[in-house]
Amino acid sequence: MSNNNLSVISLVSIGEHPTSRRPRRAEQDARAIELGIKLVGDNLQTLHAGELSDDDSQQTALRSYLGMGLAEINLLEMPENSDAVLVIAEHLKQKKPDIILTGVRAENGESSGMLPYLLAEQLGMAMVTSIAEILSVDEVNKQAEVLQALPRGQRRKLKVDLPFIASVDMAAALPRQSAFGPARRGQFEEILGTSFTDQESSEWQTADAKKRPKRLKIIKAKTAADRFKAATAKASGGGGKVVHGVEESAQAILDLLVEEGLV
Amino acid sequence: MSSSEFLSQFLFTLISFALLLMLVGAVKRMLLWSQGQSSTIHWLGLLQIPRRYLVDLHHVVARDKYMSNTHVATAGGFVLSSILIVLLYVFQLKLQILTWALLGSSLLMFVGSIFVMIRRRNPPPNLSLGQWQRLPKSLMVFSLSFFILTLPATGILPSDTGGWLLALLLVAGIIWGIGEMFCGMTWGGPMKHAFAGALHLGLHRRQERFGGGQSTGLKAIDLSSKKLGVEKPIDFKWNQLLSFDACVECGRCENNCPAFAAGQPLNPKKLIQDMVIGMAGGDDAKFAGSPYPGIKVGTHKGGAIIPIVNVLVESDTLWSCTTCRACVDACPMMIEHVDAIVDMRRFETMEKGQTPGKGSEILENLSATDNPNGFAPSTRMNWAADQNLTVFGHNEKKQEVTQADVLLWVGDAAFDMRNQRTLRAMIKLLRAAKVNFAVLGDAECDSGDLARRLGDEATFQRLANSNISTMNKYKFNTIVTADPHAFHCIKNEYGEFGGNYNVMHHTGFFAELVSQQKIKLDNSKELALTYHDPCYLGRYNGEYDAPRFLLESMGVKIKEMDRSKSTARCCGGGGGAPVTDIPGKQRIPDMRMADVIETKAEIVAVACPGCSAMLEGVVEPRPEVKDIAELMLDALIEGVVEDTAEVVVEDMVGGAV
Repeated sequence: MSNNNLSVISLVSIGEHPTSRRPRRAEQDARAIELGIKLVGDNLQTLHAGELSDDDSQQTALRSYLGMGLAEINLLEMPENSDAVLVIAEHLKQKKPDIILTGVRAENGESSGMLPYLLAEQLGMAMVTSIAEILSVDEVNKQAEVLQALPRGQRRKLKVDLPFIASVDMAAALPRQSAFGPARRGQFEEILGTSFTDQESSEWQTADAKKRPKRLKIIKAKTAADRFKAATAKASGGGGKVVHGVEESAQAILDLLVEEGLV
Repeated sequence: MSSSEFLSQFLFTLISFALLLMLVGAVKRMLLWSQGQSSTIHWLGLLQIPRRYLVDLHHVVARDKYMSNTHVATAGGFVLSSILIVLLYVFQLKLQILTWALLGSSLLMFVGSIFVMIRRRNPPPNLSLGQWQRLPKSLMVFSLSFFILTLPATGILPSDTGGWLLALLLVAGIIWGIGEMFCGMTWGGPMKHAFAGALHLGLHRRQERFGGGQSTGLKAIDLSSKKLGVEKPIDFKWNQLLSFDACVECGRCENNCPAFAAGQPLNPKKLIQDMVIGMAGGDDAKFAGSPYPGIKVGTHKGGAIIPIVNVLVESDTLWSCTTCRACVDACPMMIEHVDAIVDMRRFETMEKGQTPGKGSEILENLSATDNPNGFAPSTRMNWAADQNLTVFGHNEKKQEVTQADVLLWVGDAAFDMRNQRTLRAMIKLLRAAKVNFAVLGDAECDSGDLARRLGDEATFQRLANSNISTMNKYKFNTIVTADPHAFHCIKNEYGEFGGNYNVMHHTGFFAELVSQQKIKLDNSKELALTYHDPCYLGRYNGEYDAPRFLLESMGVKIKEMDRSKSTARCCGGGGGAPVTDIPGKQRIPDMRMADVIETKAEIVAVACPGCSAMLEGVVEPRPEVKDIAELMLDALIEGVVEDTAEVVVEDMVGGAV
């Protein structure tokens, strides 16, 4: 690796298999690790906020990141009701990494996808969403070139100043296989994190998410090619535009609400 | 000094020296083996060598009558001659009877060597050339030299016949002969097989294989050991290293290997020779047999402490194996190719994380969902929503079921629509015979067969332990399954983890029911049918008769394929081969279907969900593929099925709907 002096930290969480609901390595986090290993090899640092569980399956899930060839995972110990964002931010402020990699959203828990944004805010870093690849890092000019994944296989090349946070999309390279031997031998380095109690979430009521009702599709396509496009299309941002100014923004939102018949 | 006196004195020195040299070679060879890992030494096995050689080994050799007769003459003559030579020339026992005996034994050996020579004139491609082409000449020179040498001593010819010229010729011949036959035995010529082979027969890692026994289950490894699986030759057990040295390069494994025939880069013979190269160090340039298809000979080298994969052996070679065991079954030296391959796969998967193809995905699915295709574990019983099956354990609002006569092991066929048909047929048959049975429902996990053969011993052990602890909660007499892979695992591989059960394959179980008249089959239909032996039922468990008995009970005259029973060709579905999917020139199931078509059968009966999937994957038009249970259901004489209702007790649920 040419990026020897680069400090890259990848955040990992314990995922959840969609059908069996068993703990596993989270798919996006695993892709983030893969990306990180390709970028800086053994210098990749891995951070997990939480304690080492006595539950075998939880530990196995965490260890499966080690099975990708990591020597160790840093465990940022925190009580269960802590706010992970603050704990991680506090830790990272001291570490001063050049690049922080996360998944787009967790596979369980709040799964809000907010963590990278909140971290970016706390640390005052740039945040790049849904990247598929880091193309190059120019350590002299403190700039990196990343490939952002857009719907329907589109990619956008972005230049971003170091340090930055990037959330890794499912479109990134498949993670390498996790091997049992290295997973078993890998170490957990425990670090005592500062404790920030998450007061809000304790007052929340949680319920299983319901499937969002599907919007009826009106197919206007006239040709087979159009129908094929319609059938395979992922909703693309299409009409997105950057709006500046409070007035204009509010107007844009109002327009949308009217268009959707909500106002 | 006359030439005969000279010969006698010279031979004493020469033979003593040769024996000494042989001993040194033996020690050197043993040191090579001792580089391996420790493994139980079965000392008593050494006493069994003659019996194992004459009975077990001979039985395998005798599948080729020409070769077994040739070998009996040559090897018998040689062993006898060697003993007599030592008695006569080293211990100087000048007994007339020994002289005559040597005359006879050397003649016997000479006759044998002529047949070896004839066979090697146009050697079939499975035979190795190179030094092996030299062997018949050496055999002839050895036997002929001693024959001629002995003639004067018996008085048939006057002593000093031929004078110094003949004496010199004899000296030359004897030096060549004993050089090859004695020293070559331990220094690594073709005769190495006699020395290593004899010890291997005695010290075999699977002692149970001899005397008509069976030992086919893979051996467990300790998951807490420093290194999992075999990376370098020295990671094999010492007796595995010894076994590699026993290879005679006869190529019977190569003839029987489905992957080799399909043009995938595997040749079991070459693999074993490569292991020898790895153990002793060197390259494969001198290998004179068929190469791994598509890989040039002479491009790889190895050493005892050099990693094997992608240095000595390409990883594709390991992953081409279907673990069908045809090579092991055909091997007259009882070498365990499959053990070696799985040992190396274990390192690839558990240490390197390099399972090719879909392997990694399948293993992840097995970890997360207990089935290879990642279906929700809670949908395992969906196929039986209409079957009213009794499920062990707590059933909603009904009492707990804790015992049954039969535990029906469903297997992963539960998720496969084709093989669900077989399962349904089985259930109807079991009910027709009023068998009291229950299933494990969603608590059943994959047997672990696939994970283990893909080298993931950790996942196998987890699945095995989970299944064992589930099954140990309930009482039943017999486990019955339609899947020979699950059958084999539970029967032969769960024992090491404390799971000892009476397991039957559905063909064996139904055969009992038919012979007890509990199932009556219509035998009037005339079917043009052949039967394909599943590897894991046949070669792994020796069950060739029950399926045939069932088919015959239906009045079928089986049109046997050339390769049936112990030589049956694999369908290509075992050992994770469909998962790793190593490319070849043709597909194994296509070749097997060609075997079927050759018999002009219209139906091929199978007894394994893997075989039915692989064979049905062959493009049409082709014979129909039917499981024996399905055929039985077609031939079932109803009426015996009177009160099924009674069997469908109230407290049965069909799993999640």
